[in-house]
Amino acid sequence: MAAVQVSEAEKVYVMHGVRDDLRLDGRGCEDYRHMEIETDVVSNTDGSAKISLGHTDVLVGVKAEIGKPKAMVPDEGYLEFFVDCSANATPEFEGRGGEELGVELSNTLCKVFNNRHSMDLRSLCICPGENCWVILIFTSQEENLLQCDGNLFDAISIAIKAALFNTRIPKVHISEDEEGVKEIELSDDPYDCMRLNVKNVPCIVTLCKIGHRHVVDATLQEKACSVASLLISVTHRGTVTCVRKMGGGSLDPESIFEMTEAGKRVGKALHVPLMELLQKEESLGKKRQKVGFLG
Amino acid sequence: MAVEMRLPAVHKHISLAASQSNRDDKHLVVPGDVITSDTGFMRVGAEVQSIFSDGALSLHTRSLKYGKLGQGVLVFVSPSIVKRQKTHFHNLPCGASIILGNNGYVWLYPTPGQQDEEAGGYYTSMEPVSLSDREVISRLRNCLLALAAHKVLLYDTSVLYCYEASLPQQIKDILKPEIMEEIILETRQRLVEHEG
Repeated sequence: MAAVQVSEAEKVYVMHGVRDDLRLDGRGCEDYRHMEIETDVVSNTDGSAKISLGHTDVLVGVKAEIGKPKAMVPDEGYLEFFVDCSANATPEFEGRGGEELGVELSNTLCKVFNNRHSMDLRSLCICPGENCWVILIFTSQEENLLQCDGNLFDAISIAIKAALFNTRIPKVHISEDEEGVKEIELSDDPYDCMRLNVKNVPCIVTLCKIGHRHVVDATLQEKACSVASLLISVTHRGTVTCVRKMGGGSLDPESIFEMTEAGKRVGKALHVPLMELLQKEESLGKKRQKVGFLG
Repeated sequence: MAVEMRLPAVHKHISLAASQSNRDDKHLVVPGDVITSDTGFMRVGAEVQSIFSDGALSLHTRSLKYGKLGQGVLVFVSPSIVKRQKTHFHNLPCGASIILGNNGYVWLYPTPGQQDEEAGGYYTSMEPVSLSDREVISRLRNCLLALAAHKVLLYDTSVLYCYEASLPQQIKDILKPEIMEEIILETRQRLVEHEG
C-alpha cells in the first residue's frame, strides 16, 4: 500500500506522542476516527452498506444465490468474497498489485467470516446435500486522497457486518412432484424474506505497533512509523476468531499478548454501538435521506 | 522532478563542528527530511531559485533561519488556500510555531528556545516534546484541517482565531462534522469583524 514519507524527527515525535497516549490528532491510542455508516445504498443487491472511516470509503454489496453445498458439510451454506481494489484507489493497485492485494484480502475475510462461529451457516441450507444459499459478498474501496489508510480491514469488516444485517434473502418453498424431482420456488412477495443473524459476526481490529505501544485506526503518518501490525477479529462477546500479523517487523510475545488484549477490548466495544446504530437506521425506514455512494 | 541544492553560506558554530567530527553522519539531509526555504518549503528542498527548461529546480538556503527541521507535524493542505505573505514563519501566542509553505505543506513545531535559533538545523533535538506543547500542536493540526475542509484562507490570524474558537472542544472532536462547522462559523465571524 502506498505510504507517505516521514523524516526521522517526525517519527520520534509520533513515537513519543503514542507513548504519552496523545496522537497527532489528539486521539488516544484506542480511539477510532469519525465513522459514517449507511445501509441499503445499492438497489439491485440483496443487502448493501457503505462506510467511511477517515480517508477510506468502502462499499459492500451482498447477493444471495442458490448453489450446491460443499461436500464436507452438506447441511451448511457458505460465503464467498470478491474484493475489488480499483486502480483509482491508489497507484499501487494498478496491474498485478491490486490483484494480489485483492486475493490476500479475500482469503483473510474468508477465514474471519466463513465459519460456523461467526454465522449460522445451517440456516443457509435449503436441501441438505443438494441446495444451499451461497452468500456472495462484493467489496470495493474508494480512497479520497489516493492513499490507503491503515484501517482498511476494520472498515471492510464493519461494512460487511452492516451489509449482512441489511440482507434480505427470499424464502423458498420446496415442492416435489410425482417423479421425485424437487423444485425450488422463490416466494413472490418481496417482504417474505429471512434475515441473517449477525450477532456473532466479528469485527476486525488492526493494531499497529509504534515504539513500545500500539495504536488502533492508524493514519498514514502513523503507519509509516510502524513496522508491524496485528489484525484481530473479535466477536461481541470478546472471543477472538482470527489473528494475523502484517508487516515486515518483528513482535515479541509480550507485545502480541498486550495487543490481543487491547484488540479484544476495542473490538468488544465496537459491537454494541454498531448494532444500535444499524437498528436505529433501519427504524427510520423510507424517511431517511439517502446520500448514496457517489453523492 | 530533479532538484539541485546549493548551500553556499555554511555558517557552522565551531563547537558544533567539533562535536560532529567524531560522529559518523555522512549526509546532513537525506530524502524525506523537511527543510525550510524562503518562499515555502518542500519535503527535501530549500528556496526555489530557478527552474530549468527540463523541469529541474535549483534550490538554496539564504541564512541559518532556513535549514533542516526537527520534531514536529507536517500537514498537507491545498496550495491555493495558503495566503501569500511577507513572512511564513510565525510564532503563535498559543505556544507553538507554524511555517505556512506556499506549496500547501504546513509545518507545526514547538517554539524553540533561544540557543536553537542559531543552529540552522545542524543539531536536531530528539528530546521528547512536553505534553502541553503536544496538545497545542495537535489542536492546531486539527484546526488547519478544519479550515482547509471549509476553504478558509490560511494565514496566522485565521489559524489563531480557529484555535481560540476550538478551545472549548476536546482536541479529537474538532474533526467531527457538526463541531467543525460550529468552529468555522465562529472563526469566519471573527475574521469578518477583524477586517471590517
